[in-house]
Amino acid sequence: MSGQNPLLEVRHLRVEFPTRRGTLVAIDDVSFTISAGEVLGVVGESGAGKSMTGAAIIGLLEPPGRIAAGEILLDGRRIDNLRYEDMRRIRGKEIGAIFQDPLTTLNPLYTVGRQLAETMTTHLPITPAEARKRAIGWLDLVGIPAAAQRIDSYPHEFSGGMRQRVVIALALCAEPRLIVADEPTTALDVSIQAQIIALLKSLAREKGTAMMLVTHDMGVIAETADRVAVMYAGRIAEIGPVRNVVKQASHPYTVGLMGSIPPLDRRVERLAQIDGAMPRLSAIPKGCAYNPRCPKVFARCREDRPDLLPAGATQAACWLYAGEAKTHG
Amino acid sequence: MFAFIISRILQALPVMLTVALISFAMFAYVGDPVAIMLGQDFTEAQRQALVKDLGLDQPFWVQFGTFIGNAVQGEFGLSYRLSRPVSDLIAERAPATLELALTAAIVALLIGVPMGVYTGLYRNSWLSRFFLTFSLVGVSLPTFLIGILLILVFAVWLGWLPSFGRGDTVKLGWWSTGFLTWTGIKALILPSITLGLFQLTLIMRLVRAEMLEVLRTDYIKFARARGLPNRAVHFGHALKNTLVPVITIVGLQLGAIIAFAIVTETVFQWPGMGLLFIQSVNQADIPVMAAYLLLISALFVSINLIVDLLYYAVDPRLRIGRGQGAH
Repeated sequence: MSGQNPLLEVRHLRVEFPTRRGTLVAIDDVSFTISAGEVLGVVGESGAGKSMTGAAIIGLLEPPGRIAAGEILLDGRRIDNLRYEDMRRIRGKEIGAIFQDPLTTLNPLYTVGRQLAETMTTHLPITPAEARKRAIGWLDLVGIPAAAQRIDSYPHEFSGGMRQRVVIALALCAEPRLIVADEPTTALDVSIQAQIIALLKSLAREKGTAMMLVTHDMGVIAETADRVAVMYAGRIAEIGPVRNVVKQASHPYTVGLMGSIPPLDRRVERLAQIDGAMPRLSAIPKGCAYNPRCPKVFARCREDRPDLLPAGATQAACWLYAGEAKTHG
Repeated sequence: MFAFIISRILQALPVMLTVALISFAMFAYVGDPVAIMLGQDFTEAQRQALVKDLGLDQPFWVQFGTFIGNAVQGEFGLSYRLSRPVSDLIAERAPATLELALTAAIVALLIGVPMGVYTGLYRNSWLSRFFLTFSLVGVSLPTFLIGILLILVFAVWLGWLPSFGRGDTVKLGWWSTGFLTWTGIKALILPSITLGLFQLTLIMRLVRAEMLEVLRTDYIKFARARGLPNRAVHFGHALKNTLVPVITIVGLQLGAIIAFAIVTETVFQWPGMGLLFIQSVNQADIPVMAAYLLLISALFVSINLIVDLLYYAVDPRLRIGRGQGAH
C-alpha cells in the first residue's frame, strides 16, 4: 500500500442504540482504512456489526441508532457529521451501496431504466436523453442481454440474479469511488453467486472502485478481497491481508472461524466448532468479548479489553500478542 | 384489457339484477300506490282503471320484466308525490349532488393526502400529533353534528357563508352548475367540508399508515443510498407505492359520499338527490326510491370497475400479457 491518504478512513467508530433498558453499543471502537481500488472484506457472525458499519459509512443508520464517537473520513474529509443534504450528495456519487436482497431493493413501480436514469441525472450533469443512453450501456455492461429492449422492463420481469445485476448497475452508474456491498450474494442461488461476485470484482477493477464487501461467506472473501476484517461483538477481532488471515490466523476467534470451513482436499469426520454463541449486545462480558468461548483464555482476558496489536502479518485484538507488541515497539 | 372490462361488466350484471329485484319488490310490499294516488274519494271503477293503467294486475314476473325494460331505457315511471317522470326529477337533482360530492372528494384528497404524507414522514412532530388528534374528531363526530356546528359558527355567528341552499346556479344544457357563480361557490363550502371531513381524516390516516409501511422497505433505503433527493424519495418512490390501497378506499368512499350525501343534504337543505330520496321515503314515493337505489348501485359498480382499471395503471405487476423475458 502507498503511504498516501486512504480513500476511506474509519477512526474509533462507536455506534449506540439508546433503548429503554439502557444504551446498547452495537459498534465499539472500530478503526480501519480502505485505499483507492482496494477490496476490504468484512466477515463475522450475524449481529457482529458488519452491516451496521456499512450503514454508518453511507450515513443511513436506522434511528435510534447513532454514531456516538469516532470519525469517518472520505479522502481526508469528515463525512460522519455532515448535514443530511450534504451527505445525500455523497451517497450514490462518491459512495455507492449494494444491498442484500435484490428482490426488495428495486422499486416495483418504476422501470429499471427510469431508476438508473434518475440516479444519474441526480448526480451527473447530463440530460435525460443522455442518461437513458448511458443506462442502456450500464445494463449491457452488467451482462443483461438485449439491454436496449429490457430498459423499459419493470423489476418483476427480471430474475433474482438479473435484478442484482441491475442493482450493481445502479450502485455504479454515478461512478462512485467506493462501494459498500452488504452481503450482495446471500439472497441468491449458489449457482448465481459466483457470477455476481465475478461481475462485481471485474467492474470494480475496471473502474478502479474500492469496495467494502460485507459477507459471512469466507469463500467469497478469499476470492475477492485484498484485506479482511473479522468482526466479533461490535469490534474488529483481526484485520490483515486476506492470505494471512485465511492461512495463518492469529486471533483465536479467526482460527476457530477458519477451522469451521470444510476443507475440500481431505475428509474430516467432524468440523471444528466454536462452543457457545456470540454474546448479545446487552450482555457483552468484561475484558475481551470472546473470552468465555476462547480456548486460550487467561486471566488478563477477563479483565482488560485488548486493542488491535501487531500479530505477525496481521493485527489482532488479543492479549496473546501483547508481548510481541513490546518486542516490536 | 378489453376482455377484462367485458368480464367485469358481466360480473356486475347479477349484482344489478338483484338490486333491481329488491327495488321492484318495494312496489309490491311497501305502501299501496293506488291508495296514495287516488286520495280520499274514489269509486271502485276508478280504482280498477288505475290498477290496470299502472299494470298492477299483471303477474309479478311480467311486471318485473316491464320494470327492467323501462329501467334500462332510463324510464322509472311517474313520481306518486309530484306526478312527474322520475327520470326528470333525478336529472334535475343529480347535478347538485354530484357537484357537492365531487367538491367534497377533491377537498378530502387535496388535504388528506399531503397530511397523510406529512404525518407519515414526521411522525413525532407536534404538528403530526395535532393532525392525528384532529383526525379523531373527524372520524368520531357524526356528520349532522359537524354540519350544525359549522352552520352555527360560519352562518349564524360570523355570517360569512349561507346556511342552506345552492346559491345561484347557471344552466349548461340540462346541467345546472353552482361552480360559476360567487354565491354558488360560497354555498358549496360548508356542505362540502361537512361531507368531506370524514373522508379527509380517513384518507389521511390511511396514507400515513401506508407511508410508515413503505418507508421501511428496502427500495426506499436503496433510493436514499443512491442519493436521490428527499422530494423524489417521498413523493415519487414512497407515495406511489401507497397508492393501490388509497385508490381502493377513495373509490369506495366516493360512492359512499354520493350515496350518503343524504344527511348533509338534509342539514343544509341542499336540493340534491339525497334530499329528494329522503322526501320520497317520507311519502312512500316508491318509483323515486327504486330509481335512486338502482342509480346508486350502478354508481358503485362503475366506481369499482374504474378502481380496478386504476390498479393496472399504477402497478405494473398486475399487467399481464407483456413479455416475461428470458432469465
